[in-house]
Amino acid sequence: MKREIPLLISMAAGIFVLIGFFVPHPAIRNTYDDIQQWVIIVVAFTYVLGMANLMRINTEQIQRRAKDWPYKLALVLSLVGTMIVGFFFSRGSHYLDDRTGFSWIYLTFYSSMSSTMFSLLAFFIASAAFRAFRVRSVEALLLAIAALILMIGRVPIGNAIHPAIPQIADWLMEIPQNAAKRGILMGAALGVIATGFRVILGIERTYGSEGGG
Amino acid sequence: MKKFAAWILLLVLGASSTPAFGFPLKAVDTPNDKGNDITLSWPAPPHPPQQWVVLRVEPGKSFAAIDTIGGELTGFTDETAKNGVKYRYRLAGLGAGGAGLFSDYSQEAVAEPSWFDTGKLNVFIVITLFLALVLYYIGQAQRGKIWNFRPIAGLAAIEEAIGRSTEMGKGVLYVPGVQDIDDIQTIASMIILGNVARMTAKYETPLMVPANSPAVYTVADEVVKGAYSDVGRADAYRSDLVRYITSEQFAYVAAVNGMMLRERPAANLLLGAFFAESLLLAETGHETGAIQIAGTANVHQLPFFVVACDYTLIGEEYYAASAYLSKDARLLGSLKASDTVKILLILTIVLGCVLLTLGSPGLAEFFATQ
Repeated sequence: MKREIPLLISMAAGIFVLIGFFVPHPAIRNTYDDIQQWVIIVVAFTYVLGMANLMRINTEQIQRRAKDWPYKLALVLSLVGTMIVGFFFSRGSHYLDDRTGFSWIYLTFYSSMSSTMFSLLAFFIASAAFRAFRVRSVEALLLAIAALILMIGRVPIGNAIHPAIPQIADWLMEIPQNAAKRGILMGAALGVIATGFRVILGIERTYGSEGGG
Repeated sequence: MKKFAAWILLLVLGASSTPAFGFPLKAVDTPNDKGNDITLSWPAPPHPPQQWVVLRVEPGKSFAAIDTIGGELTGFTDETAKNGVKYRYRLAGLGAGGAGLFSDYSQEAVAEPSWFDTGKLNVFIVITLFLALVLYYIGQAQRGKIWNFRPIAGLAAIEEAIGRSTEMGKGVLYVPGVQDIDDIQTIASMIILGNVARMTAKYETPLMVPANSPAVYTVADEVVKGAYSDVGRADAYRSDLVRYITSEQFAYVAAVNGMMLRERPAANLLLGAFFAESLLLAETGHETGAIQIAGTANVHQLPFFVVACDYTLIGEEYYAASAYLSKDARLLGSLKASDTVKILLILTIVLGCVLLTLGSPGLAEFFATQ
């Protein structure tokens, strides 16, 4: 029963949402909209579970002085500190306003560190591109040539070298690239529908618990 | 001031017992909606007024102004209509060029909610066909029919990667993407996670599942717990196998990269919806020397995974993973249905192209989506 009931709930919800997609009548659509709201409420409750998990795992590791425990301590202190500042020293529900303690923490620490992580992408792209453009086969050669034309065609020097280069770059993006992309998208869309049916019909059971899949 | 002018007009029109000569005004129930809407349309007059006053009358009442709109418009949707009430409309010009400019009275229109969105008929047909084929092939599979599918190297490599981790005495890192549980890619990732967790439980390989959403964490934890129980290794399940990290994109990346660099898992499985963090994760994993298998339907992230990972599941391969891994005949039946629909769609596209080239756009227009 512990397995069948969740399957029945997901089947009923799936069928209802599928019907709601085609039926705009308020008798269906209002409930459809309500279900979307339920999702938000359920997700809000899962934050409590997520938070409890995060605190439990990290405090246990700190207590045991497990490997890398100082990082866990930094995490827990940052989390608790931000919560205290947000709840008690940031003008209540206006905690997101300018010049509150919470927004100061966000802009001074989080925003800077987040930007740092994102900016690392430039270096990772360089190293990945270096590997990607090593010519070891005919396919790799074609890829390298296409990439070279595209990169030169996207900057002013491409037009200065020859006016046809930007046009070839545009053609590469609009015709072969788009064709491949649309093929992948169509395949993925069919995969989405098939996955949806498998879950709705209850034949996809690997996400459930208890019993064999 | 505008409202006052509208009311003056209303009084003038109300006093008029015979319809004034003007231009036609069409009022119809807005199609494919949930009711309470009536759509008005009219031809643009040669000299449009500065503004239009939209007047409405219902049985037993006199005309009332319901809105004032720009004089350049040729359409308006009344979103305040009550379902089942017969309304008639009239437009009155206002401001410069509007003096004496009136539309005819519209015919009666009644707002009604629709039971079927005809604009989605094409989607309905494809979905119904798809469902019928899925049920047909599942029936065939249950009667013992076996199909052959092309092998997908990335899926075969998952078990190999877990085996390699086991031999090296290292863990498997499973990253379920950065979208929430309402995203189909995350749902597909949870399904694959069930299969992966069965293998790690069987081989007693440490599994790490960092989640970026508390809802994903909750579901992933249940999936892993269930998988360990399924293979009779409930005792090996630990509550720290799945952990919630953070919902912030780059903070999550920093944490997962930290796990890759500190824990040094022998296999990284990046399966789910990824965005800008795809290369940050995959390139860090590449530097640690782990075998990496990625899968996503986000087309723009695929090149990054192809470059930095050993195997990449592209689009539909990613959604087919659970059927391939479980080898369940009914799941393989759904794959067969998916392939059949794909062939039918390809034929339809080719036919549509030919017909469009020959000057018959009917098929192409039928499949246009809203």
